[in-house]
Amino acid sequence: MPDSPAIAHGAERSVYNADNADNADNLHVEHPPYLRHHFNSTEQQADTSSFAMWLFLLTEVMFFGGLFTAYLIYRNWYYPAFVAGSHQLNVIWGTTNTVVLILSSFTMAMGVWCAETGRRKGLVLSLSLTFILGLAFLGIKTIEYHEKWEKHHVPGFHYSLSSFTEPQSDPAIYAEYHDKPLAPDMARHTELYFSLYFAMTGMHALHMIIGIGILGFMIFRARAGAYTSGHVTFVENFGLYWHFVDIVWIYLFALLYLISRHQ
Amino acid sequence: MSTNTIVSLPDQSTARIPKDNFITRENGLLSWLLTGDHKRIAILYLISITFFFFIGGALAGLIRLELLTPQADLMATDTYNKVFTMHGVIMIFFFLVPSVPATLGNFLIPMMIGAKDLALPKINLLSWYLYMAGGILAIYTMASGGVDTGWTFTTPLSTHYVNTNVLTTGLAVFVAGFSSIFTGLNFIVTIHKMRAPGMTWFRLPLFVWAHYAASILMVLGTPVLAIAIVLVALERTIGIGIFDPAKGGDPLLFQHLFWFYSHPAVYIMILPGMGVISEVISTFSRKRVFGYTAVAFSSVAIAVFGFFVWAHHMFIMGISNYAVLVFSLLTMLVAVPSAIKIFNWAFTLYKGSITFETPMLYAFGFMGLFTIGGMTGVFLGASGTDIHLTETYFIVAHFHFVMVGGMLMAFLSGIHFWWPKITGRMYPEKLSQLAALVTFIGFNLTFFPQFILGVLGMPRRYASYPPEFQILNVFSTAGATILGVGYMLPVLYLLWSLKYGEIAGNNPWQATGLEWQTQSPPITENFVVMPVMDHEAYDYEWLESQNQAQQQEEVPSAG
Repeated sequence: MPDSPAIAHGAERSVYNADNADNADNLHVEHPPYLRHHFNSTEQQADTSSFAMWLFLLTEVMFFGGLFTAYLIYRNWYYPAFVAGSHQLNVIWGTTNTVVLILSSFTMAMGVWCAETGRRKGLVLSLSLTFILGLAFLGIKTIEYHEKWEKHHVPGFHYSLSSFTEPQSDPAIYAEYHDKPLAPDMARHTELYFSLYFAMTGMHALHMIIGIGILGFMIFRARAGAYTSGHVTFVENFGLYWHFVDIVWIYLFALLYLISRHQ
Repeated sequence: MSTNTIVSLPDQSTARIPKDNFITRENGLLSWLLTGDHKRIAILYLISITFFFFIGGALAGLIRLELLTPQADLMATDTYNKVFTMHGVIMIFFFLVPSVPATLGNFLIPMMIGAKDLALPKINLLSWYLYMAGGILAIYTMASGGVDTGWTFTTPLSTHYVNTNVLTTGLAVFVAGFSSIFTGLNFIVTIHKMRAPGMTWFRLPLFVWAHYAASILMVLGTPVLAIAIVLVALERTIGIGIFDPAKGGDPLLFQHLFWFYSHPAVYIMILPGMGVISEVISTFSRKRVFGYTAVAFSSVAIAVFGFFVWAHHMFIMGISNYAVLVFSLLTMLVAVPSAIKIFNWAFTLYKGSITFETPMLYAFGFMGLFTIGGMTGVFLGASGTDIHLTETYFIVAHFHFVMVGGMLMAFLSGIHFWWPKITGRMYPEKLSQLAALVTFIGFNLTFFPQFILGVLGMPRRYASYPPEFQILNVFSTAGATILGVGYMLPVLYLLWSLKYGEIAGNNPWQATGLEWQTQSPPITENFVVMPVMDHEAYDYEWLESQNQAQQQEEVPSAG
């Protein structure tokens, strides 16, 4: 016993000491190539990464939670400004985008199913469709952002209160909602509404862009058969992420576009 | 003191460091930079946070030097603002938050629960790279002119009125925040999913419980800081108005979002330190921690209460009187689980076989200084006294008692305690006892006068002050110098011990944790065969029976 320890684990001492181990080879039993060395079984590995993903989504909830809190407080304080602001959003495009995203969640779910049942072509097709639908969402969002720019509704360096202090100056919106002019003091809070609009949809769009990037990587790997040979955790976890981003949009759509629109 | 010791080292003439361990398994810089081994990542972290600690410490030295005289004579007042801002940013985000969790926690949690590694080794490595990226950004900020908002990024100062590097500092904190999120997430997943057979929740060492509670705070709190920083950055760059009164926003909302993280962050910093103290107190009193379950749950209680006290940072910022009332009450509640810990450690000492090795000296330092730091927190939690004391040196002294007196003492205690496990060698005992003493004296001399200065009304964050405050400031600066010596000593003798320290053997302290039942330094897989936990935590009778069984086994082989 060269490095004879003062206190070892009694009869099991060889168990804890690498230099004395006769059974070190037993560590390398047969297992699937994707099983990482520090896990005992593929079930433990799958459980662990899915739990980690749910925790990560929890941090995302807290991240967006800060924005939703800001929305909640300011909406209560400046209700008329928020109503007038929401009239300026394009419900048609918003609804289209909601449908696009729900469809993409469906194709993503199909992708997870294809991975679990070992359908390589089906997986590549589903991921590609999700990829395209994601891009379509961003395209429509760009159209909407462009509309805001043209109407001078970008807070900070490109903002004008005229849509709210003189609603008649915007005939299309006025014809639909007959908004009364807001007092200047309340009208300036519409800039806050659009600040939140851009911060919230912008953060959401950033998550979409990251998701689309990962999707591109996954399509590339799925073509080589990476996810259809038993190790589906990555696809499943990405699916969770994609559905989460989808759910955030559904809340954004309801809060920014829909509520109190007609009263 | 010296005759009474539990240290049991192997025979130095024959002992050697095991040839195969996590340090020798692979060689070369790349084997470190691309490692997935939690122990190697812990060492990467240890080197990095020590580096940032000394940058932050040097800035603290500059602050104290400036305050030696009543006039602002060492540096311009703008420079002074930048120095204390960077001192705060670096010490909080690049030292205190990752200090114990990312080094000792990273190293020990898998070993304490009987696992081969953290659940997500790549995420663990990613977290170190994010930390370094954030750290480099922070250094870039300093090199390119610094930032002078204070570490709190208070709006509208940070969004409208300063033209220093708010964006790069914000980005540095944002990136380092993700490093912290990933560390916390990794710990929670590991503690849930990777425990060895027989390692039930109530057999976990209290170190693990403390880290679990701190991880909850990291995972739930840090994203809120992230979004607050994003909004400040958007306001500064493109001019959205969420915190801007001119556009209808409210700067108070920033304070809410910021302190929703930054108050729990003080528990992120202190809870892992409390975990260290539980281990050390038990080992050097040879007793199971008194009221194990209460101490375990008190960690979780601190984490939960910690989320509902943030507005006590805002008593003078115009929140409503009712909010002050509620948050004041909730703040007092945090004292309950903190007191449970202190009392239970005291009862653990009662009738224990106490010895005074260095980790224990630091632990005593922690108990005393944290108690003072915590009690003065009650003054600040009560709104009446808070209005007088906030933004004075009283508050500076208060949080330095908790953070430096508490957390840094716990960190040093833990580093000394597990140094033999990490390196396989002992630190020099006499010298380190001296360092612990020097640190304690230097600390009290530095920060105790600041309580008095605060009560007398000296405001924080000014480079100059009325001449009648000078004598106390001279004490404080003198103390800081002694404190600096106290921190330099461990660096020197710990580096020395890497080559010349005595061989420690598996379990020099005769401690009970699983990490002590494997070789020092451990092999990459920690244990050759997965351990099975068949006894409670801190079961010294179990350890005794193991020793006897081993002695009986050795007698025939010797003959």
